[in-house]
Amino acid sequence: MKSLAELQAIREKMQNKVVLREGSGNLRVVVGMATCGIAAGARPVLNTFVEEVANSGLADKVTVTQTGCIGICQFEPVVEVYEAGKEKVTYVKMTAEKAKEVVEKHLKGGQVIEEYAIKNI
Amino acid sequence: MKELSLNILDIAKNSVKAGATEITVALTETGDALDIEIADNGCGMKPDFLAAVTDPFTTTRTTRSVGLGIPFFKMESEMTGGTFRIESTHEEDDPVSHGTVIGATFMKGHIDFIPLGDVISTVTVLIQGDDQIRWVFRHRVGEKEVFLDTDELKAVLGDVPLSEPEVVAWIGDYLKEQYEDAGLPVPASGV
Ligand SMILES: Nc1ncnc2c1ncn2[C@@H]1O[C@H](COP(=O)(O)OP(=O)(O)OP(=O)(O)O)[C@@H](O)[C@H]1O
Ligand SMILES: [Mg+2]
Repeated sequence: MKSLAELQAIREKMQNKVVLREGSGNLRVVVGMATCGIAAGARPVLNTFVEEVANSGLADKVTVTQTGCIGICQFEPVVEVYEAGKEKVTYVKMTAEKAKEVVEKHLKGGQVIEEYAIKNI
Repeated sequence: MKELSLNILDIAKNSVKAGATEITVALTETGDALDIEIADNGCGMKPDFLAAVTDPFTTTRTTRSVGLGIPFFKMESEMTGGTFRIESTHEEDDPVSHGTVIGATFMKGHIDFIPLGDVISTVTVLIQGDDQIRWVFRHRVGEKEVFLDTDELKAVLGDVPLSEPEVVAWIGDYLKEQYEDAGLPVPASGV
């Protein structure tokens, strides 16, 4: 059984890191979580980003956040990636599988996946 | 929605938007009935607005755009022979005790019953999205119970945010093990 003691251990491990990290994360992943996004499958997309960031130790570099309606409901689930000094990338019609690819290629590898992105939004 | 747990996510997001500091999601299964209740201490709604929100199709004038989240949830429960309820007190009408309670009962044996699906994912997404809110989750099936109160977790975590990816992962596993230990099926997506 998972115990609160285990959570305590996570706390001790994270405490110093979280303080050090304040403001240093340079990549921000924003997932649209309004009714339109949720209905189209945003929940597994968000969960995949959070899991992959936890599993691949990217938390120092990447923050994952949620937002309401991005205004392009027909393209949901929509994910935006912000990086300091670069143009925003908008990924559309996302799935958990595509999210994994974005983590690998874009977040880790710095390579935008043009195929899943749309321009000028 | 494909799963009722997605409706829960959608309805609870309304509570977040309403500025709630405490949101409770309670699932109660007794016999063939599943009851879902989402309660918040947010800004609440005025009585006339409440009427429009519940049934936008019967309002003759669309002075403001109302969404589909609440009507869908209502329809999905009524389709199974269940019932829907909503109560709300606007903060201007009661500055001390305001908020909204939305509940629906579903008859699981009905052909139009939509499965609950992955309610654990719904809880982790809600906590990840708004970690300043006190989230309480309770799922009762007969005598068995799964329970989570983020205040208890915050007491252990101190400065480390609930939305920290490793913490979110822990919460998901913690809930999963509670279902297993209670001898309940672990919620999962059908798709
Ligand atoms: N818990 C709540 N507290 C206060 N106001 C609420 C609450 N839930 C709903 N409302 C009000 O009712 C409106 C309609 O809610 P509903 O979920 O049906 O649609 P919506 O959130 O506006 O749009 P969407 O279709 O994207 O969900 C909301 O915009 C909000 O003004
Ligand atoms: Mg809504």
